[in-house]
Amino acid sequence: MSHNVYIYILVMAGVTYLIRMLPMALIKKEITSPFIRSFLYYVPYACLAAMTFPAILTSTASVVSAGAGFAVALLVAYKEKSLLTVAIAACCTVFIAERMIQLL
Amino acid sequence: MDRESFKRGLKDGVPIGLGYFAVSFTFGMMAVSGGLNIWQAVLISLTNLTSAGQFAGLDIILAGGSYWEMALSQLIINLRYCLMSFSLSQKLQRNISGIHRYFVSFGITDEIFGVSASQEGKVSPCYNYGAMCVAIPGWTLGTLVGAISGNLLPAFMVSALSVAIYGMFLAVIIPPAKKNRAVLGVVLGAMTVSSLFAVTPVLKKVSSGFVIIITTVLVAGAAAYFCPINEETEEEIHES
Repeated sequence: MSHNVYIYILVMAGVTYLIRMLPMALIKKEITSPFIRSFLYYVPYACLAAMTFPAILTSTASVVSAGAGFAVALLVAYKEKSLLTVAIAACCTVFIAERMIQLL
Repeated sequence: MDRESFKRGLKDGVPIGLGYFAVSFTFGMMAVSGGLNIWQAVLISLTNLTSAGQFAGLDIILAGGSYWEMALSQLIINLRYCLMSFSLSQKLQRNISGIHRYFVSFGITDEIFGVSASQEGKVSPCYNYGAMCVAIPGWTLGTLVGAISGNLLPAFMVSALSVAIYGMFLAVIIPPAKKNRAVLGVVLGAMTVSSLFAVTPVLKKVSSGFVIIITTVLVAGAAAYFCPINEETEEEIHES
């Protein structure tokens, strides 16, 4: 096997950077099409929602602790707290939920 | 240099950095136990800055796959960044020098994209630099510590920190969803579609990167068709 680890890393990093860079470098003009503008406006919400659910349910040691973290994060986000607050609230909930599960 | 934006970016970068630390810690551990040396593991994290892509890439390196296989897997798994980059290309301030676009691009991750998309109006590249200044060290150092220590970070901490990133995503999408019914529909629709992919027998086999791309294009496309935005919608959301 004659593969070089550094060439692998170069290929990985190169491809990943090009994917991130090309649209940004090529599309400099303001897009005027109402459909594309609307599409791009909704992209972050669709994308982040798709990444969050259901993945959040399997992100921790148990579905129960993850579900609790999800519920608390939803509530705190609904109250419009900052990103850091919501993240910390979710982490603490998962931590406490997992201690409680151990006690049962 | 826009100091205000930079500082805001730093602050929003903190939960990102914390979440990254936990994930990249695992990456460092796996890379070293698979046979890479510590610096190779760190170099991968520093130059790639992506989770799923790195884990898949690591598998290919350890299995001795071809360079083509490596390029293709990265293209497929990371293709969602293309959409994010496209979206961000419209969101970035117009009066900045073109060179910023090349630097901001490097830092397009799910999380940094998420926070910059949540900014009111146009976003300054300095905001992204602020977030990158915390996120990149978090990602790289997490890998280093994981590679060195193997098991220093106890499992319960990894478990608790892993949820941080999702908490942040929710903090980005929930407040606008409260104010705008179309956004609420997009959020619920996207969660439903990605759940269908997770439980339906055949669709289950689709890789997570593709699930995100398909769901995003489908749901954002439908929303754009049925509820096209106008200037008022954009302001209505950002005002309150």
